[in-house]
Formats: sequence, structure tokens, C-alpha cells
Amino acid sequence: MHDHDHDHDHDHDHGHGHGHDDGSDLSAEQVRVRALESILIAKGYVDPTALDRLIETYETEVGPHNGARVVARAWTDPLYRERLLTDATAAIGELGYVGRQGEHMVAVENTAAVHNLVVCTLCSCYPWPVLGLPPVWYKSAPYRARAVAEPRAMLHELGVDLAPTTAIRVWDSTAEVRYLVLPSRPAGTDGWTEEDLATLVTRDAMIGVGLVNTP
Amino acid sequence: MNGGQDLGGMHGLGSVAIEPSEPVFHHPWERRAFALTVAMGATGSWNIDMARSAREDRPPHEYLADSYYEKWLFGLERLLVERDLVDADELTGGTPSRAPSPGVRRLAAANVDETLARGAPTLRATMDVARFVPGDHVRARTVNPTTHTRLPRYVRGHVGVVERAHGCHVFPDASAHGLGEQPSHLYTVVFAGTEVWGADADPTVTVSIDAWEPYLEAAP
Repeated sequence: MHDHDHDHDHDHDHGHGHGHDDGSDLSAEQVRVRALESILIAKGYVDPTALDRLIETYETEVGPHNGARVVARAWTDPLYRERLLTDATAAIGELGYVGRQGEHMVAVENTAAVHNLVVCTLCSCYPWPVLGLPPVWYKSAPYRARAVAEPRAMLHELGVDLAPTTAIRVWDSTAEVRYLVLPSRPAGTDGWTEEDLATLVTRDAMIGVGLVNTP
Repeated sequence: MNGGQDLGGMHGLGSVAIEPSEPVFHHPWERRAFALTVAMGATGSWNIDMARSAREDRPPHEYLADSYYEKWLFGLERLLVERDLVDADELTGGTPSRAPSPGVRRLAAANVDETLARGAPTLRATMDVARFVPGDHVRARTVNPTTHTRLPRYVRGHVGVVERAHGCHVFPDASAHGLGEQPSHLYTVVFAGTEVWGADADPTVTVSIDAWEPYLEAAP
């Protein structure tokens, strides 16, 4: 197998990814993962086409566009919003988003008084069915360290300046409950369709580190 | 354990860098590391708490030096060897030197969608009466277990308020070590930022964790 992944992992991976002793272009991580995959297939523990399907699912199908649809529905349908805030797992399931890392969902609503921010200080817990796989920064040590201790300063660095009167509520996902932030609907969107509203909803707004786009 | 994974409030780690238009995976090997981890997790050879413990139970400087998917790889390789599914030399060589271990339920491609849709709910029906209800004041216990726990250090010893009750969930401190699920009531407990971080902290900040009942004691 040669998949032309000459992506120079060692540029990004702490400098211990050099795997050129054999004269190839393979990084140490590539060599390590190829050996692992080979042995697990040879042992019959994994089905390579199942691996392909797993990757395809999270690379091309599941992502923040799912969550954006949930948010836009809540903005346009007051009864759906009510269901989302009382039983998010069921309400999100109505749109077909269920399962792994979204088994127990809670939606938390931003208001003028409270801004919600979601983190997992202990690892990388994240609501996969509505947001896809977590971005690198969400899993990074700085985010996990600072989100709970100095969220306002961190948000300022990320370009989000909240009114001083807006309280910040941080949700540390320490169990199997997964949180989705329901941002406020932006002004100037009266009469917009659910589809158009969904285009304004960013991934970061549904985590609490960003705002929705404005029309 | 008080390991490198328990990062809340740690200083000196730098700023948060959000990459615009970040790809789902940055390198092809990350795709395979991700899929191998999920596929092996689906075989039933271990549970999610065991997987987390396998990634975290190591010297903090090693945990922090690894990239995210390197942490996953470390945990997966460790579980495979510890569960006697693969030998260490087979891991490096990639070719089998002995027969496969029996009892591994291989995830078939045709079952991937259904398996992901089913997920792994942790809510369990029990007859246990909840000790706390929303509104109760509770203290996170001052404990320092050397085994797996999901009680972050930054709240230990501090008083918060129960905000939500989630029913009984699999207790990771037991589940990670093969001691059964021991389902326990789970609560969202909210702490004032000033309670956790001190009088100088932002008075508008509150922080919640999801805490199993064994992590909590009644507070006046």
C-alpha cells in the first residue's frame, strides 16, 4: 500500500516523528499505525472496510451542519425549542442525530444574562452526532486548562467580548452527558427560513467559544 | 489519579489557537488511528472507562507531549497487549507470530452505521434512591485516588449546588478497573468561580461538573 501521504508529519508532531531510517518518506506515526493496522487485520480483529466506513462517516457525513440544523429548528419552532431544552436527546433524535457520544444530550441556552461554554478538562468529550469529531484546540491542554479558570480572558483572546454584565457558565463534561450550546438568534433574521438560518450557525457558537454569524 | 489529563486550572500551557477551516484529520495516519480505536472499542474487549484509563495512566510529561491521536494509539496498543490480544513484537512488526485470541467480536462494515447509532448509553435503571436533589448544597470530596477517576482536582474540597439529576450512570472509577458498572446517581453540580479559584476570580463565572454520588458529601 502506498497512499502518497507525504505530509511531513514531523513538521507538526513535536519533532519525534522522524521515520526516515529506511530511506522512505514515512513518519514514525505512519509506520506505527500501518504495523498496528496490519496486525489487527491479520488477526481478524478488524475489518478494513469497517475502518473506511468509520472514517467516511466522520469526515463527510457527521459534522457541525447537524447541530446547525438543530439550532435553526429551535429558532423557528418554539415547541421544538421547548423540547430541546427539556429533553435534548429526544429532540435531537427527531432530526436523526443519535448515538455514539451523543447518548445523553443536554442543550443549554444563551441569553443576554448568561453565556454558556463547554469543555472537557479531563479528555475530549464532545457531542459527536451534532458537531462531529472535536477540533484540535478543543482537545488541547491550553483550552482544557483555561476554559474553567479564566473563561472571560480566554474568550477575549478568541475575539469574543461579552458584556461585563453577562455571566459565564462553564460546563465541564466529566461524565457521559454531552452539551450543546443554543446561541441567541441574531437580529435582522425575521422571516428567514430554517435552512437560511442554519447557515449562520457556527461550530464555535455551539461550543460557546464563538458567536453566530450575523446577516 | 492525579495525572496529566487533569488539566483544569493549570498554568503555563499557552494560548488557545483555533485553526480556521480545520480539517477533520490532519494526517492520513490519524484517520486510521481513529478508526482502529473505534473499531477495536466495538469488539467489546474493553469499555470506554478502561480506554480512558489506558491513555491517562502514565507519566504526565509523556501524556502532555503526545498529540491527541498519539494518546489514542498509546492507549490502544497498551490495551491490546494487556488483554493479550497482540504481543509487543507483533505490534512493531505488523505480522502475527501466534494465533488470534478467541472471543473478539469483529465489527463488520455492514454493522458500522447501526453500531454508531446505538452508541453506548451509560444510564442504568436501578432502585437506588438519590441522596441529593436539585438545590442541595454538596461538597466534592477531598480524595486523591491513585486509580481512575472523573472527579477533577480543581473542585475537590469545594462546595457547590446540585442543579440537575441525571439518574444512575455507570461509575467510571469502578468500571475502568473491571469492578463492574456500579451505577451511581449522577448530578450536575455548579460551583461559583470564586469558591473554586479564590476571591480574586471573576465573580460572574460559575463552573459545573457532572459528579457521581460517591464524589459528593452533604454540605451545610
